[in-house]
Amino acid sequence: MRHDHLLTAKQLSRADIETVLDRAAAFDDDPTAAGERHADELLALCFFEPSTRTKMSFETAAKRLGGDVVDMGSVESSSVKKGESLADTVRVVEGYADGVVLRHPKQGAAKMASEHVDVPVVNAGDGAGHHPSQTLLDLYTIREHAGLDDISIGIMGDLKYGRTVHSLAHALTNFDVRQHFVSPESLRLPRSVRYDLHEAGAQVREHEDLDAVLPNLDVLYVTRIQRERFPDEDEYEEVAGEYSITPETLDAAKDDLAVMHPLPRVDEIAAAVDETDNATYFEQAHNGVPVRMALLDLLLDDD
Amino acid sequence: MTDTELRVSKIQNGTVIDHVTAGEALHVLGLLGIDGTEGTTMSLGMNVPSDRLGRKDVVKVEGRELSDSEAEVLSLIAPEATINIIRDYEVVDKRRVERPEEVGGVLVCPNRECITNAGEPVETTFAVLEDGLRCEYCGEIVREDITAHLRD
Ligand SMILES: [Zn+2]
Repeated sequence: MRHDHLLTAKQLSRADIETVLDRAAAFDDDPTAAGERHADELLALCFFEPSTRTKMSFETAAKRLGGDVVDMGSVESSSVKKGESLADTVRVVEGYADGVVLRHPKQGAAKMASEHVDVPVVNAGDGAGHHPSQTLLDLYTIREHAGLDDISIGIMGDLKYGRTVHSLAHALTNFDVRQHFVSPESLRLPRSVRYDLHEAGAQVREHEDLDAVLPNLDVLYVTRIQRERFPDEDEYEEVAGEYSITPETLDAAKDDLAVMHPLPRVDEIAAAVDETDNATYFEQAHNGVPVRMALLDLLLDDD
Repeated sequence: MTDTELRVSKIQNGTVIDHVTAGEALHVLGLLGIDGTEGTTMSLGMNVPSDRLGRKDVVKVEGRELSDSEAEVLSLIAPEATINIIRDYEVVDKRRVERPEEVGGVLVCPNRECITNAGEPVETTFAVLEDGLRCEYCGEIVREDITAHLRD
């Protein structure tokens, strides 16, 4: 992988993705394979909005590679509160660490940060923009369960605001994947994402109803529909109910359908689904560590 | 345009933007940040007969030369435009606008959640698409009325 930073999933070619996933698989098979590959290396964790899970996953990955982390802490306790720019913050932090993992509420924050520093920047989420390490772990999970060629995937829920969905959809255009987008009309994919998918020559179909496509799917990727997207409670309840999964929903699906979710879930996947063979979301979350190890391993490599 | 007309509106130092797509002259003024209140001497020709374009607009501005990034945005509003730089009544430079691969600085990203609108030291950059512009930071697409997104 020949990149200085990981900013968007869009920058990754099929070969890049396969390099990361192969290395992740090697770390997954044999955790000791990572050894002390990055002993004495420090990764700075700059989280300008809270995301405990993503932060822990990066921290675990750094430590499993033999390295360690320095954590900016919460925004409330940092100089950001005093009005320091992001550009200045990352220039200071660059002096402490061999790489920066950045999460920030503004879109394009990681790209801008990368223009101010010489160490690798990993985008761990920039507002409604990108979250490429999530995309890579999603791809890893899909590959483990269904392969990445000649499959049908359903992506359901909040497709308008869900950045995980946008990154994943774009990354999937590198593979022979039929993508079905299932959402209420008001939460359809935004224009810019549809434009990209179209440009990439993707096979994209949009549906308001899961029933029509469910029997053909190899993977169903569910995302949360947030209450605040709806003007009133009743409308939310109605829509949320329509786009949730129960064991009964899955009767119509292929036996080996993999149900995925970026977590945390609320009630879009009923707890009873956890007991089915289709439930893949916890494994998906665990895959974050080997995938982020692979990513850091490739980005921090000096040669 | 006839010689007489040219003489009437001849300028001493400044820019003549010729072959502007008919109807776009006011947008060109917007691009230059001219609304008449700043006292700039200028003249406009709108829907002037043109051999090349059928009809065209012409904008003449005294005491003002176009920057490179203004010329880039001009190319998006008026792809056929020619820019004549005038010094001491003489045309010292004449060039056609070229459609750039990206435009920087002059435009503001309409996405309020974009890092370029967050008080950071960063200039906007837009990739020029076939039918619009795309923010290189947040991915927002601007398709219609580019001049509505000019920086103040
Ligand atoms: Zn933007």
